[in-house]
Amino acid sequence: MRAELKNYQHEQYYFKLRLGFTAFVVLALFGVLAARFFYLQIKQYQHYQTLAENNRISLVPIIPNRGLILDKNGVVLAHNFFVYTLEITPSKIKNLEETIAQISQLVEISTLDRKRFNKFREQSHSFESAPIRTHLNEIEAARFAVNHYRFPGVEIKSRLYRHYPLGKLGSHMVGYIGRINDKDLANLDKAGDLSNYKGSDHIGKSGLEQYYEKNLHGSTGFQQVEIDADGHAVRVLSSNAPVPGDNLILSADSKLQEIAETAFGDKRGALVAINPKTGEVLSYVSQPTFDANLFVDGIDVENWKALNESLDKPLINRPLRGIYPPGSTFKPFAALAGLEAGKRAPPFSISDSGFYTLPGSSHRYRDWKPSGHGMVDMQRAITISCDTFFYGLAMELGIEKLTSFVRHFGFGQKSGIDIQGEIEGLLPTPEWKMRRYKQPWYPGETVIAGIGQGYTLVTPLQLAQATATLANNGVAMKPHLVTQIQKAITGENQQISPIVQDRIELNPTNLDIVRRGMVDVTLPGGTAASVGANAPYAIAAKTGTAQVIGIKQNEKYNANSINERHRDHALFIAYAPADDPKIALAVIVENGQHGGSTAGPIARKVMDYYLLGKLPASETIAGSAANATSVLAKPVPATPAITPEEELHD
Amino acid sequence: MISKLSQLVFKHIDSFLMTCLFFTLLAGLFILYSASGQSLSRVLSQGINIIVALSLMWAAANVPPIKLERIALPLYIVGVLLLIGVALFGSISHGARRWLNIGFTQIQPSEIMRIAMPMMLAWYFSRQEGKTRMADFAIGGLLLLVPVALIMKQPDLGTALLITASGFYVLFLAGLSWRLLLGGAVLFAATTPILWSMLHDYQRRRIEILLDPSQDPLGAGYHTIQATIALGSGGTAGKGWLNGTQAQLDFLPERTTDFIFAVFGEEFGLLGNLLLLVLFSLIIMRGLVIASQAQTTFTRLLAGSITLTFFTYAFVNMGMVSGILPVVGVPLPLISYGGTSMVTLCLSFGILMSIQTHKKLVGM
Repeated sequence: MRAELKNYQHEQYYFKLRLGFTAFVVLALFGVLAARFFYLQIKQYQHYQTLAENNRISLVPIIPNRGLILDKNGVVLAHNFFVYTLEITPSKIKNLEETIAQISQLVEISTLDRKRFNKFREQSHSFESAPIRTHLNEIEAARFAVNHYRFPGVEIKSRLYRHYPLGKLGSHMVGYIGRINDKDLANLDKAGDLSNYKGSDHIGKSGLEQYYEKNLHGSTGFQQVEIDADGHAVRVLSSNAPVPGDNLILSADSKLQEIAETAFGDKRGALVAINPKTGEVLSYVSQPTFDANLFVDGIDVENWKALNESLDKPLINRPLRGIYPPGSTFKPFAALAGLEAGKRAPPFSISDSGFYTLPGSSHRYRDWKPSGHGMVDMQRAITISCDTFFYGLAMELGIEKLTSFVRHFGFGQKSGIDIQGEIEGLLPTPEWKMRRYKQPWYPGETVIAGIGQGYTLVTPLQLAQATATLANNGVAMKPHLVTQIQKAITGENQQISPIVQDRIELNPTNLDIVRRGMVDVTLPGGTAASVGANAPYAIAAKTGTAQVIGIKQNEKYNANSINERHRDHALFIAYAPADDPKIALAVIVENGQHGGSTAGPIARKVMDYYLLGKLPASETIAGSAANATSVLAKPVPATPAITPEEELHD
Repeated sequence: MISKLSQLVFKHIDSFLMTCLFFTLLAGLFILYSASGQSLSRVLSQGINIIVALSLMWAAANVPPIKLERIALPLYIVGVLLLIGVALFGSISHGARRWLNIGFTQIQPSEIMRIAMPMMLAWYFSRQEGKTRMADFAIGGLLLLVPVALIMKQPDLGTALLITASGFYVLFLAGLSWRLLLGGAVLFAATTPILWSMLHDYQRRRIEILLDPSQDPLGAGYHTIQATIALGSGGTAGKGWLNGTQAQLDFLPERTTDFIFAVFGEEFGLLGNLLLLVLFSLIIMRGLVIASQAQTTFTRLLAGSITLTFFTYAFVNMGMVSGILPVVGVPLPLISYGGTSMVTLCLSFGILMSIQTHKKLVGM
């Protein structure tokens, strides 16, 4: 009993000892916690305070409204409207497939929507929302809103969408916007504009939308908002309003554009009309065209394939990027080159027997008229498009003099128009040929350069620009589509003033000779007499034909036997009224064969509307059925081996 | 008459402990109101939990310890059987099998074990009174390991940890030799590298993240990172009640339950935290005093274990919220929202009060 009691006391002593030990440990560990609190809440207070603020406050970009694009009469070519979109943030969704399946019971989701969604997802981070459906109508939006609670991570958003009300009309000119891709981001980064695109999804990809991106986009505003962990704004702390993009007002007239595009019918080609006194572009046609609205949302594969693989190459911006041999439309410029060099001024005449030979050679450079034109002076040579006359002129002038003179008219260089992607075309020189082909220049190449054949390549824009410069007595105005930039907030207009690009010193007498030659072209006896029929104003014009494939010596060109897409391109340049030019234009109809009969009537309709306000008769210029097999939209320059021996004219 | 009635009602209530509990529970309700986004219904529901828990506490306080001693073994056996039942027939929720459907309601047998485990071990060692041998500790260890293993398998790491702790405290207070403790620690340290090398990569990764949550800032680390931001930005005096940005703007996950302490620390600052530590310390110290004054081995061991388990709750929760301990699902005692842990806790406080108020006057 005593031992037990002693044992008991002993045990209680040890128990209390251990209890004391634990009390000490408890206090020590609480001391550790207190030290930790002190460290976090006193020592590191600033650090965590900052982190908490960063957590709490977020800068939310406010996307500015993109500027409108209007024609000269205020007709809207590009505008914006709000649409409801249904957007999914993939990182917040457990089972994406199931969620989409459930959503599709509320709002229709097509396979196209699915494809587009998948494409967006590939391009963006999983914490960014991507639209599964766009353009929800009110009923669909309401139906989803009621069921919203079932779909965390799925939101209805309202996005500003770009819309091109005229669809296909002038789409190469207006261009389109598309989603910002990695390349765009890199460019924006380089330009230091990245912060201005926070929140923007779209950027101009082509045409005016691309060139005037800076004006159209506007400045992004910011809102300082308190957000919760899900990123929902709880309240706005401060805000900085966005500045909407500027509106663009064009020199082009959508009605004129429509007339020009309709005049092409189903023909491929291009038309550029310029006000020669200001450089304002009045019409900018590339046919066939495409619906720019397809690109805004991200074009789907089917439509893309259809456009991209079409033989008609609707995506090529022909005025800027289509290159063609100028053919006989080059002759007025060659004529001026000769006259200004003091050569071939009237009364100089040749007796044309139908061909031209180089001294010491039997090779015949044929005229388009095998029997020849008889006595021909400069003015008549233009009117009847006498090849022989210009063969000799080019030889006498030499290739260097010829090209250095016509270069002032804008051939072989970019015009500086307000659309990106222009190509230079080609004005050949012996140095160029040596560089390019490691071959010397042959005299025969100079001969055919006189009639715009051989290596020379021009874009429709260059041809129009050269015609405008000619019409403006040698004063080259920089071509531009936008005439006014309108500030959206103040309404203040910034006029784009005409810019003189080059001032070619030309003798008025020489100019007059060329002008009279060109006016006669549209009069009875000229190569485009039908174009000028019953015109109440004088039209100075020149027809041209450019070969798509070379024709061998002694081979006869037979339009009927040749594949439609191998037929010659028809060219036509003109300005009117000839004594006080208000419009200068160039028309190219691919495989149109004869400048006077296919390209000329299109030009006449444009001029009639522009000068007289006259609408064309209801019948359209019908081209032959375009069911051919293969051809390049971009004509291949003829190489010396297949140099054309003769050019065919109307 | 009234004083007589009140004496009858409060006869077995320890006023000092009760006062400390009252203030802690009150603080808990206030911070719950803030953490729940000012939801009165949430506070009301917690109020009902507290009333139920305090009633059970009162009932437990009125049960003499001798009766507790008698039900220790049956309770333990029932608890283990129910745990086996959970393992076999339990319903799964949130990826864990913790609940057992017993016809009219669902119960969580691991909660029973929180009370049953220290009772069982205290009962076992009280029978060996005065002549505890090494073998008894081995048996005690086994009694501890079986239910813990079952709970680990559910898996419920937090509860397993707390039950292990409650059992270990009994073993320690019963006189587990220092040499054995030290030996165990050395053995653990020595085998850790070997065990580590036996693990799969993904298992290692999970342990690494458990020990250092910042390695996985969007996953497991998110809780800890946001909680430390909340605490740290609270500063000395806190952002003020209902003004914690981390809490009010949803950055804190589980902020009414396991992470409620982050809300407390953000809104009441260092001063609030220290006050809470003082309240907890007073409760623990009172519990240790009750243990030291207890008259039987059973009550001594039980009171000690209950008190130290309460401490473990508080320490592990505040440690994990403040980022010095890995995140295991342990609520902050008396403050976190939830009925089950509130009931279990108050029951254990009731037992403490019973031990204190049922002492016989023995002349030594």
